[in-house]
Amino acid sequence: MGEFIMEKNQWIMGIETSCDETAVAIVKNGTEIAANVVASQIESHKRFGGVVPEIASRHHVEQMTIVLEEALSQAGITMKDVSAISVTEGPGLVGALLVGVNAAKAISFAHDIPLVGVHHIAGHIYANRLVSEMAFPLMSLVVSGGHTELVYMKEHGHFEVIGETRDDAAGEAYDKVARTLSLPYPGGPHIDRLAQSGTPSIKLPRAWLEEGSYDFSFSGLKSAVINTVHNAEQRGESIAPEDLAASFQDSVIDVLVTKTIRAVDEYHVKQVLLAGGVAANKGLRTALEAAFGEKDGIDLVIPPLNLCTDNAAMIAAAGTILFNKGVRSNLALNANPGLDITIHNGE
Amino acid sequence: MKILAIDTSNYVLGIALIDDEHVIGEYITNVKKNHSVRVMPAIETLMKDCDVQPGDLEKIVVAEGPGSYTGVRIGVTIAKTLAWTLNIPLTGVSSLAVLSASAGHYFDGLISPLFDARRGQIYTGLYKYDHDKLIVDKPDQLLLSKDWAIQLAAQQERVLFVGNDLPIHQAVLKETLGDKAVFANITQQNPRPAELAFLGRDKEAEDIHSFVPNYIRLAEAESKWLEANKGKNV
Ligand SMILES: [Zn+2]
Repeated sequence: MGEFIMEKNQWIMGIETSCDETAVAIVKNGTEIAANVVASQIESHKRFGGVVPEIASRHHVEQMTIVLEEALSQAGITMKDVSAISVTEGPGLVGALLVGVNAAKAISFAHDIPLVGVHHIAGHIYANRLVSEMAFPLMSLVVSGGHTELVYMKEHGHFEVIGETRDDAAGEAYDKVARTLSLPYPGGPHIDRLAQSGTPSIKLPRAWLEEGSYDFSFSGLKSAVINTVHNAEQRGESIAPEDLAASFQDSVIDVLVTKTIRAVDEYHVKQVLLAGGVAANKGLRTALEAAFGEKDGIDLVIPPLNLCTDNAAMIAAAGTILFNKGVRSNLALNANPGLDITIHNGE
Repeated sequence: MKILAIDTSNYVLGIALIDDEHVIGEYITNVKKNHSVRVMPAIETLMKDCDVQPGDLEKIVVAEGPGSYTGVRIGVTIAKTLAWTLNIPLTGVSSLAVLSASAGHYFDGLISPLFDARRGQIYTGLYKYDHDKLIVDKPDQLLLSKDWAIQLAAQQERVLFVGNDLPIHQAVLKETLGDKAVFANITQQNPRPAELAFLGRDKEAEDIHSFVPNYIRLAEAESKWLEANKGKNV
């Protein structure tokens, strides 16, 4: 009798609860989204003008099993079909992370399914693999409410942070400037929209830092915006908010894009990936498209909005790579708000 | 019926396995260590030692609080997820009821279990046994231990106080209640997970999806927001 080999699909579950989204997804064979469920808490946190950690944690407990069930039903599979459970172990809000991590461990134990802890930013980067195959070496610009980083990857699952913010993340600066302009939370999309109709006529600083540095700094820019508004108020003048938004956005994007171009040249990469919630920013997308449109041989990948903001499909996509590299977590896996993205580089 | 009980609501980490009339195994520690790291390995070890597979479980019982917000959430998340994924019933039991049952079975009077809640406050309630059935006399609440002592002094019965946090509040209770105050023995201060399991065995099942911890308190930001928006039409 001949040997009968059956092609088997690999289903990886992703769980993400690092901030204010309770998310579960199922990804098939590393690139195909079979389910991607996100329960957002944004309406609850709006009244506080930002995410309140204790309230976020409470909502995660309310949503966890509902979202798990919805994901399995969307994918049309049962836990028996799942090859591994990947979960965000950090960075993020510790109380929020704990809900996802402990839910993941409980399922892993109940069905004896391997468990893989995933770094949240690795997830954001791997959201791109759900759009198009990655080409190495690559450079990823990660911009979100909590992160602004340039991450170099020479191969799958290997991350090198070449630059990061020394103070505020870009998304944080957006939220604070939005508050100064009395725009509702979350401020990023409002500034982006206002900026489209303004002109960058107000002179604002750009923090280039030391020669050759890929690090970022946005706190000086944020203070400059606040001072500009206060000084104008004191003189009884009014500043057009759309011009201020355009000037602020211009400064942020100028620094982000210039440093990315320099990194791309120095590291001779084949691909540039945009990752993180701020990837939704129209101004940033347009500037990157303009910068890399003319560059021969460099492929720019920007995922659709629902994959830029926090989701679990990106965790499952990164989890697939780590799982297939042999990375495993055990039942003592903990939430780690200060997790380092390079921990699995050797594996 | 095999039941797994989980209590991570306070410092004591407790796991128990029971079947209809036996305590098969218990795991109890009273150390200030990270519950998140230790609960699942403790469950795994206990079940392995007792030759019980996850698929053998027929019910999950969890201590639902009050206690540490994070601690309660870890236990409740694990319990909800296990019950959901194994498709078995889930029951929540007050962490204070568990503490009452751990010391008060043969006490002829009222039982006041307590956890310290900082700044002179305690989580407590009032329980008593009626023919081996634990009855709630006053619901779980949060108040100053000195106010609680005054309330209790106004009634006739003796009160048994239970809990590892007794040393913090013992003086004020003793001073106000005198001989009416009785304090549990040191070996009975830990909430026993087997008591949790049996209390949950006889209680009806919860809706798994909507089950949440009993925090007693609103999140601080929430109560401040409610205060600030009082009377406003929001
Ligand atoms: Zn994120």
